[in-house]
Amino acid sequence: MSTFQEWINRLRYLGRRDRFANEMGDEVQFHIEARAAELQESGLSPDEAHKRARREFGSTQLALEDSRQAWRFQWLEDLVADLRVGVRMLWRSPGFSVLAILCLTLGIGANAAVFSWIEGLLFRPYPAVVHQERLLALSGTSKGETGATALSWPDFLDLEKNSTLLDAIFVSKITGTTLSIGDRAERTIGSIVSANYFDAIGVHPVLGRGFELGEDVGRSAHPVTVISYQLWQGRFKGDPAIIGKTQRLNGVLHTIIGVMPEDFRGTFVGWAMQFWVPASMEDIFEAGGYKLEDRSARWIEAYVRLKPGVSPQQAQQELSAIARRLESAYPLTNLGYGAKLWPLWQTPFNNAGTLLPTLEIMLAVVVFVLLIACANVGNLLLVRSFGRRHEMTVRVAVGAGRMRLLKQLLTEGLILTSLAAVGGIVVAHWCRHALSLLFPARAGVSMYLPGDIDWRVLAISAGISLLSTLMLGLVPALQASKIDLAAALKAEMAGVVGGHGKSWLRSGLVIGQVSLSFVLLVGAGLLTQSLQKIRSASPGFTTRGVLSTAVDLVSAGYDAQRSRVFRDALLDRVTALPGVESAAFATMTPLGYGSFYSSKIAVDGYQVPPEEEPTVEFNRVGPGYLATLGIPLVAGREFTRSDDESAAQVAIVNETMASQFWRGQNPVGQRIQVTGQWLTVVGLARDSKYRSVREQPKPFFYVALRQNPSVSGALIIRTPLSPETMAKAISSEVRALDGSLALYEVITLQEQLDRSTSAQLVAVTLVGVLSALALLLAAIGLYGVMAYTVSQSTRELGLRMALGAGAPELLRLVMTRGMALTAGGVILGGAVALGLTRLIGNYLFQVSPRDPLAFGSAFAVMALAGLAACILPAWRAARIDPMRALRQE
Amino acid sequence: MPNNEIPQLLPGTLFMLVLQALARGPLHGYAIARRIKNASDHGLEIEDGSLYPALNRMLVRGWLKAEWGTSENNRKARFYRLTAEGRKQLHSEAREFNKMVKSIQLVMRTV
Repeated sequence: MSTFQEWINRLRYLGRRDRFANEMGDEVQFHIEARAAELQESGLSPDEAHKRARREFGSTQLALEDSRQAWRFQWLEDLVADLRVGVRMLWRSPGFSVLAILCLTLGIGANAAVFSWIEGLLFRPYPAVVHQERLLALSGTSKGETGATALSWPDFLDLEKNSTLLDAIFVSKITGTTLSIGDRAERTIGSIVSANYFDAIGVHPVLGRGFELGEDVGRSAHPVTVISYQLWQGRFKGDPAIIGKTQRLNGVLHTIIGVMPEDFRGTFVGWAMQFWVPASMEDIFEAGGYKLEDRSARWIEAYVRLKPGVSPQQAQQELSAIARRLESAYPLTNLGYGAKLWPLWQTPFNNAGTLLPTLEIMLAVVVFVLLIACANVGNLLLVRSFGRRHEMTVRVAVGAGRMRLLKQLLTEGLILTSLAAVGGIVVAHWCRHALSLLFPARAGVSMYLPGDIDWRVLAISAGISLLSTLMLGLVPALQASKIDLAAALKAEMAGVVGGHGKSWLRSGLVIGQVSLSFVLLVGAGLLTQSLQKIRSASPGFTTRGVLSTAVDLVSAGYDAQRSRVFRDALLDRVTALPGVESAAFATMTPLGYGSFYSSKIAVDGYQVPPEEEPTVEFNRVGPGYLATLGIPLVAGREFTRSDDESAAQVAIVNETMASQFWRGQNPVGQRIQVTGQWLTVVGLARDSKYRSVREQPKPFFYVALRQNPSVSGALIIRTPLSPETMAKAISSEVRALDGSLALYEVITLQEQLDRSTSAQLVAVTLVGVLSALALLLAAIGLYGVMAYTVSQSTRELGLRMALGAGAPELLRLVMTRGMALTAGGVILGGAVALGLTRLIGNYLFQVSPRDPLAFGSAFAVMALAGLAACILPAWRAARIDPMRALRQE
Repeated sequence: MPNNEIPQLLPGTLFMLVLQALARGPLHGYAIARRIKNASDHGLEIEDGSLYPALNRMLVRGWLKAEWGTSENNRKARFYRLTAEGRKQLHSEAREFNKMVKSIQLVMRTV
């Protein structure tokens, strides 16, 4: 008979327990009577026969109980009994239970929250997109570059045509436009996608249709767009007849053909996309013209979904093989270029890269917090298990098996952690959008950093809870298994302050807690200092009193000529505004979003070493750019308005470039070649930071905006006035020139710099909050142990006092013991921290992982917390009434 | 109650004896005990207290079925009947047991 059938039989029994008991009773009764009848036949009196039959049968109760036993789910019923006892025990000491559950809730909740972020941002980042477990990012590679490059459209088509292991391969390239609806113009981000995009990700519009095959073919041939639910509800006020209406995007009328579902945010980690256009509209949205037929124009970012059962390695091999064939087929454009797959969490072209290190640190931190919480609750349980020693002893004495006792203790742990796990999931649910709150807002970009509590997060949380249960259950179990009946039933000896023996376990736990939170404090200190260094590091230009903004001329359909006229006129008007010291245009601003141009260069008189192709980044800037930004000019001059198309081509280089290519000699008057043209160096500028405050000094140069016309550009203004005041003033000047134009947000360069370091700020905030939490937990743990020690050694303390010890001495006695534990924890924690902080060395900016200030302040904070935790128990010890203490027992 | 003249059951043989007792047809609990006692010529006696738990264990395993019926003296009694599963179990236990007895006898004779 199968076990399964047995279970079915048992289950059937559950339904008719009471009837069964009665029937068994009848059956036993019948048995006894039958035996009695037989005995009577052999000559016994009825009374005698009955008595004898009953005696022969033995205990009917035992037989009934044994019979019932046969039908039971033994362990299940034990569990129910244990649960009942456990709940009763916890109910009886509500203070303990609440504290324990709170500690664990924090520990488990912090873990669940971080796991949900990791799940929602790195592993399943795209809500509503199907089969993300088979989704990979696809980028290009270029010989000599370690990171990712973009792909060209013809290469993408060839990869699509020749791959056999992919379910789908699709393009999703971020773009932006200024959306003018009514009188409000706002920056909006969206994606340029291949026509198979919506089918490939398996998300379908709630209204209208997605793109059809062929809509990504032909220059500007399909002016259609699909919009997000949020855009529909917000800017289009939920217009039910939205499908078929037109909207001007970058100056071209697009027909709105679809609205996506509410939970779909596109495929760009961190930011919610608002609109999608087919790749055929690329030249309307991308600088640099029509690139769909140009194999050398690399601009797209793509994703693939593997066929079921295909490994990323197999797909990579196939794609690499195709890329190699393309290299030999098109050596002119493709030599040295390849294709590379990335797991989603390493996607090189969205915010996954900035979030990854932050989340890595977070993960380590929350594990620490969980350990501290577990140690805390373990300690509480331990203290309670001393209180319950009598109960345990009695249970063992009346025959409870040790396994049964262990099971009881584990069940109590399970109740605690289960409650805490539920609380933790609730905490994680509350925190699921907390990351978006921490990252500073950015105009035109809706941050979308959701945590995702799916079954995997739940499973991990459950696992963590079980692990904690084991850790928690083991602590008192260690104690319980040592119950020595004879000794325990004897009167219990009162504790002694500073006594060793059984307190080692609790002391060990407290030392562990203190050391863990010390490590976190050191980490928080290091990250804080690093952030301060980053924020106070001079970027090489003035950040306060300099504003940055822009006017979107690309969306308005301006050409290079018209934009130059507009810019000159606006510049004249802005510099004439009261309070404006100077102003200048440039295509890019330092530390902003977006990358600089870069170009292979040649330098007169510079012998290029073999195997080296000097590539240098540059910016196109207008007259007065360096002065407005406050970048000092070391030699030569700035660009002027006369550096225009008719004049000789000029450039300004920075000091690193001068020392690299002219070996420190004055480069003014020398020539460099950029994209085939020779430029004369007219100025030498100080180094500054360009993309990131953390970057190393690098060669950089400027070319004149007038000689290299560009439609897009930023306006930089030096003024002591506030961004809000200037925004109004500039806005009206812009409208005076062209009523259809909208101004971007006006921010200080300091704000821009702060935004570029927001990931560090988030890391510092989170680590700071969690280490404060850890510190609090550790202090509670220390307090608990000290308070317990004092309460258990009342007699000893009273005795000391009776023998002449004064209150200050008792105070000192308790404080010394408490601080000894703290010191032990700090020493251990310090040793651990010295080993561990090296791991975050990469995240630190100009701060040594062994920075004495971070260690020192962590020490100070820990010492203060230790003192605070011990002072109350010590004070209580000092106020013990010796008479009453000695009378106790 | 076992008395000293009646040998205790060999451990593990209770199920087999009960199954064998039922092999010829359904019986109620008391009749099972009586049949075993009589068939062994009073050599084996099942402890009354352990008979019913054993019957229940076999019910759980599906070797027996129980139904209410009327006894020889017209009383309501529960009758136990072998299932196909029980019969199979009886055969395999009997085979095992015989093998073991033979082996033990062999040892007792030769060594």
